[in-house]
Parts: sequence; structure tokens; C-alpha cells
Amino acid sequence: MSNAISSLFAGFKKSPLGDLGGLGFKGLSSDKITKAVLLLSSFIILLVAGGMVYSLVEGAIPAFKEFGVGFIFSNNWNPTSGSENYGALPFIAGTIITSVLALLISFPLSFSASLFLGEYYRGTKMAKVLGMMVDLLAGIPSIVYGLWAFYVLRPFLISLGLPNQGFGVFTASIILAIMIIPYATSLSNEIIAMVPNELKEAAYSLGATKSEVIINVTIPSARSGIIAGYILSFGRALGETMAVTMIIGNSNVVPDGLFSTGNTMASVIANQFGEADGLKLSSLIAIGLLLFLLTGIINAIGKFIIKRWPKIIRFYFQNRI
Amino acid sequence: MTTVINKIDIDNLKSRTLKDSFYKGLVIVLSLVTISPIVLIIYELIAKGIKQISFDFILKTPPNSYEAMTALNAGEIIPGGIANGITGTLIMVIMASVFAIPIGVVAGIYLYENPGKFLANFTRNVSDILQGVPSIVLGLIAYIWVVKNITNGYSALAGSVSLAIMMLPMIVRSTEETLKMIPISIKEAALALGVPYYKVIIKILIPTGFSGLLTGILLGISRVLGETAPLMLTALGSTMINLDITKPTSAIPLLIWEFYNDPNMVGLIWSSSLLLMIMVLTLNIVSKQIAARTK
Repeated sequence: MSNAISSLFAGFKKSPLGDLGGLGFKGLSSDKITKAVLLLSSFIILLVAGGMVYSLVEGAIPAFKEFGVGFIFSNNWNPTSGSENYGALPFIAGTIITSVLALLISFPLSFSASLFLGEYYRGTKMAKVLGMMVDLLAGIPSIVYGLWAFYVLRPFLISLGLPNQGFGVFTASIILAIMIIPYATSLSNEIIAMVPNELKEAAYSLGATKSEVIINVTIPSARSGIIAGYILSFGRALGETMAVTMIIGNSNVVPDGLFSTGNTMASVIANQFGEADGLKLSSLIAIGLLLFLLTGIINAIGKFIIKRWPKIIRFYFQNRI
Repeated sequence: MTTVINKIDIDNLKSRTLKDSFYKGLVIVLSLVTISPIVLIIYELIAKGIKQISFDFILKTPPNSYEAMTALNAGEIIPGGIANGITGTLIMVIMASVFAIPIGVVAGIYLYENPGKFLANFTRNVSDILQGVPSIVLGLIAYIWVVKNITNGYSALAGSVSLAIMMLPMIVRSTEETLKMIPISIKEAALALGVPYYKVIIKILIPTGFSGLLTGILLGISRVLGETAPLMLTALGSTMINLDITKPTSAIPLLIWEFYNDPNMVGLIWSSSLLLMIMVLTLNIVSKQIAARTK
């Protein structure tokens, strides 16, 4: 429909009447200015994005010059001046391990909640309350999650016998899982709610039970959207900083087990940045660049799949995700 | 549907209903587990934070570590408050809004007005990528751009730039999506009357979609309000109220981080977090109310 409007404009501009008289001319020039302003704002966005990539690449060049591509695969992080050596592997590994674990932990919880909202109690007061509480999770600042993980979750896990004072990959994954619950839940809920009723009713009329309808009709027809929702949630988990920094233990090694301490790309930038300059700063910027690329790729995949669900895109952008 | 029929064992009604109840029970239990963290977190914040909240807490700056230790040893409530954080957060969020809202809204209008164009599609995709960039990377960017090249040191300006880049894509897309829901006939009527293009935007599009735009903006603000990581690399923090945007400035999340790292001040983290969360949640609820009213 907007196309109709643009073509209306095009017609207006090309029409010989458009140039006739003072009024037409005046309107035309202000239109041009308006269009230029609109275009300019779009250029500003492209400029910001281009500038970001440029600055990250430029800042990362010294590190890549010094260590080559080996920067990505080296697990040696040694800031001692004289024998400086930086490698990103421990942080890439830490980021991916914590995020994958977080996704695995949050899946049964968030998916159940989305079935609760979109199938079992759809439209009821109970669903409203549950949905509101899940939304509240999205409003909690990252640092508050970190405090809670440090003062409440960690002592609880220690009492269960977790080593390393409760710090480490496992604790970080739990808190990350809680942090992505609202995104995963609301996206899958919206997608589940969009499955046409006719499909489900057909299965019910054949005598299927609710769980059979969910397993055989709802989930298969919403599958791609649900997967995309979890990919986007995974993208969120990759970049979380504060809560993870406070709980992962900040040791610059590749985690060697579920309960080992580690570090993620975001958290190493946060806690090593203060004293960084020269090669170390460049290495941290290089890690930032890698993180930028990683989240960019994951999000692009998620958005590519979710394009099939246009309503979800609208929902996605009106709900702070 | 044939697959469904095949999968459903018609004869075994009893075990099927049993299975059905089992799944339902599982979903309910796991859903309750899902919402338990929010209950526990809010309980923790209120239980530990409420006793510290007072007018002093909003109006005064934090004590130094020694004062806090004395109060701690005497078993008293730690004196002082987080006034420097509140002012810093307000300054940075307001500046970020001033940067991000006009550009974001106008770019959103551009995307809406040029739906099929290559440049618009490209901008939309770039804006989506920007939205997924982790906040810590935006902190790095603002550090390179502003701290190193403009203010030559940590500053509120740098902090607000990082927050603005964070808000920008949210505002762009929420503007576009809001405008898409406005009936095209309203705009066509104005154009048919010969209303200039800019007046169509200012008098028709923006007022009609105002509540939607406001929702997007408020959600954007509520999202950056609690950001800590980018500010650590840009605004750094300050122990006093600072209104100079070229100097290091504190913010509520930054203060929480400082208190957390100082054993004497740890008593202040819960009350600061409680205040921060009340601010974020209020904005969230207000914007969702506006959204619900217009839907």
C-alpha cells in the first residue's frame, strides 16, 4: 500500500502540472528537502555501523599483525610486559560453552512457559500473570542478576557441593539461562499462538488429546519459528557481560569441565579493560571484533529464518528484545 | 493429517489420557520453576534493600570507605546515598535520547516511506545487526570514538554515545512497525488535499502513531537505564555529583559495581539495585500500558 503512495508521489513529481504555478513549485522544493532529511538519517545509521566496523578493525590490526590468525586459536593470555602474548581461544570457548549450556538449561523452562501461555492456559488470567512475571525478568538489569547470582545462587550451589567457591562455567550458564528466559518464552509463545486453529481443531476432531495435538501439530508447524527464537536468544546470551563477569571466576584458560572457572569474550573485555593499553588494548578490541562478528552471524541466521513469520518481526521490535 | 492418525493409538485411551495429564503437569511445574527466579530476585532486593531507602539515599552522595566501615562496625545503616549516580544516569540517558530519538524516528519514517528500495532494505538490515551488537562492544566503540578522540578522557558524553547507539536501532524499527499500522487512507487524504510532505509527516504520521513511538522510545530508555558494561569503558564513574559532560561521571549501575567491589560499601548494593529496578520497571510498565491502550 505504501508503494501506491510512493507511485502517487512519483506521478506528482513527473506530472507537468507539478511544476506549474508558485504553489506547486513551493510544495515540490519542501518535498525535496523532506526527502533529503529522511535519506540523511538513514545515511547516519549506515555511517554509525560502518564507523563501528572500521574502528573495531583498525583497533584490532596491531593484535592481528603481531599474532596473525593464531590469535583466534592461541590459548595463551599473558599480559606480563616483555613476554606479552595474547590469544582469544579461552574466551571464545568460554563464550560458546556458557551460551550453549544456557540455551540447554533454559529450553525446557522457557518452552514449557510458552506452552503454558500459548496452549494450556491461553487467554486466561493465570496466563496473564505468568506472562507478566516472565516479562519482568527482561526488565532486570544485568548487574542485578550478577548480584543475585553471587549472593544467592552461588551459596546455594556451594551447599550442593559445587567446587571453586561456586564460581565457574556452570553457575554462569544458570544465570545466563534465567536471563534469556523472557526472550525465548515470549518469542516461542507468539509463534505457537500463530499456529492456525483449524489445524489443531482437525486433530482434536480426530480424537487427539491436548498433548498429542501439541506434539504432532503445534510444534511441527511452528518449528522453524521456534528454532529462530532460540537462535536469537542464543545471540543474546553470547554478549551478556556483567552477570557473567561476576560469577564465572575470570580465569583466562579454556574451561576444562562443567564446574571449571573460565572467562567469556564480553567479560574479559570488561575486567581487563581498565589497565589496558598498547597491544593488550588492541587484543581486547580484537576480541570485541570477534564478538561483534559472532553475534552478527547468529542474529543474521535467526532473522533469516524468522522472516517467514512477519508478525513475529513486529512483535520482536515492540518488545525490547 | 494421516501422520497424526498413524501416531495416535486409538485403542489405548486410558494410557493416552494419563500421558496427557503427565505432560500438562510437567508444563505447569516447569512454568512455575521458570517464574521462581523473578520472585526470588524481587524478594531479595526488597528484603535487603528497603531499610536503606530514604530521602538521604536519593539526595546525598556515597560515603567514603572509612565512613562506611565505621557505620558498619557500629551496626548502623550506612550513611549517604547515590545522588551522583542518579544525576549521572539522568544526564547520560537524556543525552542519549537527544542523540538517538530524532535520528531514530526520522530513519524509521524513511524505512516506512520507501519499503521496496534497496537502500531502505539495506538500512533495515544494518539496523537489525546493530540491535544485536553486545553492549560491551558499543562501550569499546564509544571509547575509541569519544574517550580517545573527543573528550580525551572518560566522560559522560562517551557514556551517552554508547547508550545512544544502543537505543537507535530499537527506535528505528519500532517507529517503522508503528507507522505500518496506521491506515494509509489518512495519509492519502492529506496528500490529496495538497498538504506538503513534511506537514504530512509532522501533522499526520507522527501524531497518529505517537503512542506507538512513545512505547518504543520508553522501552529503549528502560533498556539502557540498567546498562553497566558500556559505561565502565566510557563514563568510568565519579564520587561526586558531576554535571560536566566532558568529565568522568557516575551512574546508578556503575555505583552498584563499585559498592560490590568494596567490602565496606556492600551494604548499599541492594538498595541501589532496588531503586534502579523500580525505575526500569516503572518505565517498562508505563510503556506497556501505552502499548496496550492503543492496541
